[in-house]
Amino acid sequence: MADYTSSELLTINAARLLRDGDTVFVGVGLPNLACNLARRTHAPNLQVIGAQPMRLPLSIGDPTLVSGALSVCSMYDIFAFYLQRGNVDVGFMGGAQIDRFGNVNATVIGDYAHPKVRLPGSGGSMEIAAWANRCYLLTPHTRRRFPEKLDFRTSAGFLGGRAEREAARLRGGGMLAVVTDLGLLEPDETGELVLTALHPGVTADQACENTGWDLKVAPNLRTTPPPDPEELRILRQDLDPQGIYLKGSA
Amino acid sequence: MSKVIPLDEAVRQLVRDGDVVYAAGFTHLIPFAAGHEIIRQKKRDLVLARATPDLVYDQMVAASCARKVIFSYMGNPGVGSLRIVRTEIEAGRLEWEEYSHFGMISRLQAGATGLPFMPMNPTAAGDLERINPNYRTVKDPYSGGDVVVVPALCPDVAIVHVQRADAEGNAHIWGIIGEQKEAAFAADRVIVTAEEIVDAAIIRSDPNRTLIPGFIVDAVCQVPYCAHPSYTQGYYDRDNSFYLKWDEISSKGEATASYLDEWVYGVKDRAEYWEKLGSEVHQRLKVESRLSVPVDYGKY
Repeated sequence: MADYTSSELLTINAARLLRDGDTVFVGVGLPNLACNLARRTHAPNLQVIGAQPMRLPLSIGDPTLVSGALSVCSMYDIFAFYLQRGNVDVGFMGGAQIDRFGNVNATVIGDYAHPKVRLPGSGGSMEIAAWANRCYLLTPHTRRRFPEKLDFRTSAGFLGGRAEREAARLRGGGMLAVVTDLGLLEPDETGELVLTALHPGVTADQACENTGWDLKVAPNLRTTPPPDPEELRILRQDLDPQGIYLKGSA
Repeated sequence: MSKVIPLDEAVRQLVRDGDVVYAAGFTHLIPFAAGHEIIRQKKRDLVLARATPDLVYDQMVAASCARKVIFSYMGNPGVGSLRIVRTEIEAGRLEWEEYSHFGMISRLQAGATGLPFMPMNPTAAGDLERINPNYRTVKDPYSGGDVVVVPALCPDVAIVHVQRADAEGNAHIWGIIGEQKEAAFAADRVIVTAEEIVDAAIIRSDPNRTLIPGFIVDAVCQVPYCAHPSYTQGYYDRDNSFYLKWDEISSKGEATASYLDEWVYGVKDRAEYWEKLGSEVHQRLKVESRLSVPVDYGKY
């Protein structure tokens, strides 16, 4: 049995996607922990837009995000000067459904006008998906999360394929990795998310069975290095000592 | 001329049934006390606009004040679902209109600057634009490319909470600024609630911090702790445990009704509400001081 939770596994694999010097647009929760983990390991010069707190915030608007920050700006400024102008390297997305081309639904399950489940809606995700250079998404790997067809397309991945996104001339690079508790999905040359890596002890069949579309497996399928003791120590001792985000399954 | 009046008086004079109301503040400085006063005065058929409706609109919808909500992210921040707004929408009892954050804020930006609409680069996602006819795509007359536009939003009344204002409504805000300036300039009528009413000399000592000029303000109300359970930077902390507790309260109609009875209808004003919260909460939400270094404007 692995001696780490699936939340820790997601966070550590997300941190490894970040590069030193990246400017990251991030909210709270696991992506926030991933940024802070990356800063303490391989990316000390990571710039965080949104949240780089001294204590673990519950909300994206927590006062701890302000005291000691380099800059605070209005909502219009964040979206116009930072995101639309092209000053964001990495955006973390959230959502209830993601399809094979990395499009995301964060709006509604069922019919829009007569919703079965009303979700929170876009927030900033429509613009992050379009304009951040690289987008990542962390999610449990289930058929419900990875349906054949979205109920609503809140934000753009590769739309109907890479060519369609290119034709739309969006400045951002689109959904470049989906980190799940089973492995990593990354887009192939057509923009379709394929299984490129498995976490230790997971089989490709497990990943395929838990995907709502016919998931392709990359020929050079990798195994992710297991969480190392130092990564786990930083997460457990320094970043989330009460286990608010990391205790459970993702 | 002083515009200082009690909050109940300001709500009576400036908030009317059927109004489009914008209570500003992105998680920070949310004017809960004004929301509660609107509930006590039984205002009806309001159109409640906010990028993030937050608990304050959940409570106002629970109290039957609203006909419609306009929003861009309808959740309990950091906790999950905004249960009452969500339930009412799912049941078909509440109208709604939605945008992305940028679309919502661009609408206010247009309203605040006197423009008919605001352009944004396309995001290609498509579905929000399909279901909300306020999103239009037009040609950029210079490049011939597409831009997405949204119409100005001009609320009937904006409510903005600030750290300090003078008696005319010149207001200093620091910490997370959401859309307070845009909402105030876009609205027809503006209510400023303030932790402190200060002498104009204090405002003049740091004019770069004035986000809202007094001449667009109609009423100034001194309301300490107005923002609880949200917060006021430097004055008191966010009550995260109440945000978690609301998730439970709002999951049952009875619990919601008894909350409103006890904490809204059952108190006269914010001072009584704060007193009722008790010393444990007061202690927990206290913040230690962390002063900025003064800047030198120079004497000229």
